[in-house]
Amino acid sequence: MEVLLAFLVGGLAAVGVYLMLRPHLIQFLVGFLVLGNAANLLIFTAGRLGSQFPPLVQRDGGLLEPIANPLPQALILTAIVIGFGLAAFGIVLFYRAEQGLGTLSAEAMPEVFEPAPAPSPVDQVEAPRSEKERVPA
Amino acid sequence: MSVLVLPLLVPLSTAVLCLVVAQPRVQRTLGLLGALALLASALALLLEVHRRGIQAVQIGNWPAPFGITFVADHLSALMVFASSVVALAVALYALAEPDPPRERLGYHPLSYFLLFGVNGAFLTGDIFNMYVWFEVLLLSSFVLMVLGNGRAQLAGGVKYFAVSLFSSVLFLVAVGLLYGSTGALNLADLATRVGELPLGLQNALAMLFLTAFGLKAAVFPFFFWLPASYPAPPVAISALFAGLLTKVGVYALLRVFTLLFTQDPAFTHGVILWVAGLTLLLGVLLALAQGELRRLLSFQLVSHIGYMLMGLGLLTPLALAGSVFYALNHMLVISALFLLAGLLDRLQGTSVLVRMGGLYRSHPGLALLFLLPAFSLAGLPPFSGFWAKFTLAAAGLEAGAYAIVGVALLVGLLTLLSMAMVFAEVFWKASPEGRSVPEGWGRLAVPVVLLAVLTLGIGLWAEPLMALSQQAARELLEPTPYIQAVLGVSR
Repeated sequence: MEVLLAFLVGGLAAVGVYLMLRPHLIQFLVGFLVLGNAANLLIFTAGRLGSQFPPLVQRDGGLLEPIANPLPQALILTAIVIGFGLAAFGIVLFYRAEQGLGTLSAEAMPEVFEPAPAPSPVDQVEAPRSEKERVPA
Repeated sequence: MSVLVLPLLVPLSTAVLCLVVAQPRVQRTLGLLGALALLASALALLLEVHRRGIQAVQIGNWPAPFGITFVADHLSALMVFASSVVALAVALYALAEPDPPRERLGYHPLSYFLLFGVNGAFLTGDIFNMYVWFEVLLLSSFVLMVLGNGRAQLAGGVKYFAVSLFSSVLFLVAVGLLYGSTGALNLADLATRVGELPLGLQNALAMLFLTAFGLKAAVFPFFFWLPASYPAPPVAISALFAGLLTKVGVYALLRVFTLLFTQDPAFTHGVILWVAGLTLLLGVLLALAQGELRRLLSFQLVSHIGYMLMGLGLLTPLALAGSVFYALNHMLVISALFLLAGLLDRLQGTSVLVRMGGLYRSHPGLALLFLLPAFSLAGLPPFSGFWAKFTLAAAGLEAGAYAIVGVALLVGLLTLLSMAMVFAEVFWKASPEGRSVPEGWGRLAVPVVLLAVLTLGIGLWAEPLMALSQQAARELLEPTPYIQAVLGVSR
């Protein structure tokens, strides 16, 4: 089982890294999701596999041996939530980048360098709307 | 309630309060008050650690290797203290140069969530929690980076986001493998167990951590993202990033490579020394080639991370003390220079060096103010940067590492050259377009004066901070008290 999962993790990591190296930003994001899953499976495998009982207290107050290790699942759950947040932010960021820079290709992305005076102008698409939302009259 | 959690609670409550009030003017005042409270709590923590030794808190009262542990030794307390000084300077700058559109989008709460994450990373005693704190500070920094959706910000933000994502996954993989091979996540617990692993596995894990943290700390060969992204956001944001974010990576390296991976220093710390030397050289050479002030400063920032790694690579008490001292000094100096870059940008309407000039004639005081952090960065006496470089060079000579000392001294000289070029371009040269320079920069200079006076003060009276850094180095090299403080004396 461990060997199987090790190959799966390796395959997923290879796919993830390949996609992250592609120029298109959406491919990059999909690559990140795949690589994140590889990392999660790796933690799962590293937490030892086997046929064990869930760590639940029985009616008589005891535990059924052998107990499965609940910690890797807690770690993975945390990592999944964080990865979800990052991916959600990434989708919005790439959407805004496509609007602002006119491309989703990392290679075509202009090396924008226009250091504006200190409080540089804010893109007018977003600001007025959120102003209305954030500041109650 | 221990003072240890105050540097976490203060930024968190400031951020939440700022979210609630939402009026930029009130937020600015709140931000300043929060920064002052953070400074006070950081000072209290430093005093507590200095007087009573390493402090540890188990949140929720779960016993040590299982619960959520926070630990403060001298290194953590000093880093928290320096970051709160930077936070205060940036809050003063934000007060002096309001940016209402970005403030309405949440500049103040986000910067305090960032500080929350930074202090959490400094104080946590658990490697997985460190990953979570890194994510807290990264997510805040992503939003701050692109806050307002400027074109340069989006272009820089994409690069910053992409590189950070990859380093996060690497960090997670390293933590997973470490857990799988030792069964522990608590740093103190790990310190007692990593030594039992086969040497090859230890070194493989060490290199994974070096890559993950090296990406965050922007060291060779992973520094390319920093100059591409840091100059993009407004100065109130990039000064905060420059002062804090890379230092979190450096802190993590200092912690992991003194507490966990110390079995084969000839390999691991040898690699770190090479990385340090190449970071130093390439950073400063690329800085010399830049024509824009904030980009130039970003390369200087990268270059000087090398000094902190040099102390870690040498791994002697004096060298580590030099590393800690350098990190503290660098946080103040580089923030001062970034804030100053914003001020100059405001005065000249540009930060492209060829288009600047003539400021020595109109603002001689400002020219003097620039020289203080610039000389400190280059390591001239009597500034704090001199003692930092002096300690590292002395430690290097003591350890017989002449090559790295030569590189360090050469880079100091090249930094001086680069700063002198900036001075010549911005201050000495006649203003190319003969523009009149606006007045009313006094308020913007307040945070820079604060930081410049601090670097001069530390330079003239280096003994207390040096003693604290040496104490931090002793604790790093002799981890038994740290382990005992966390796990209890019985183990």
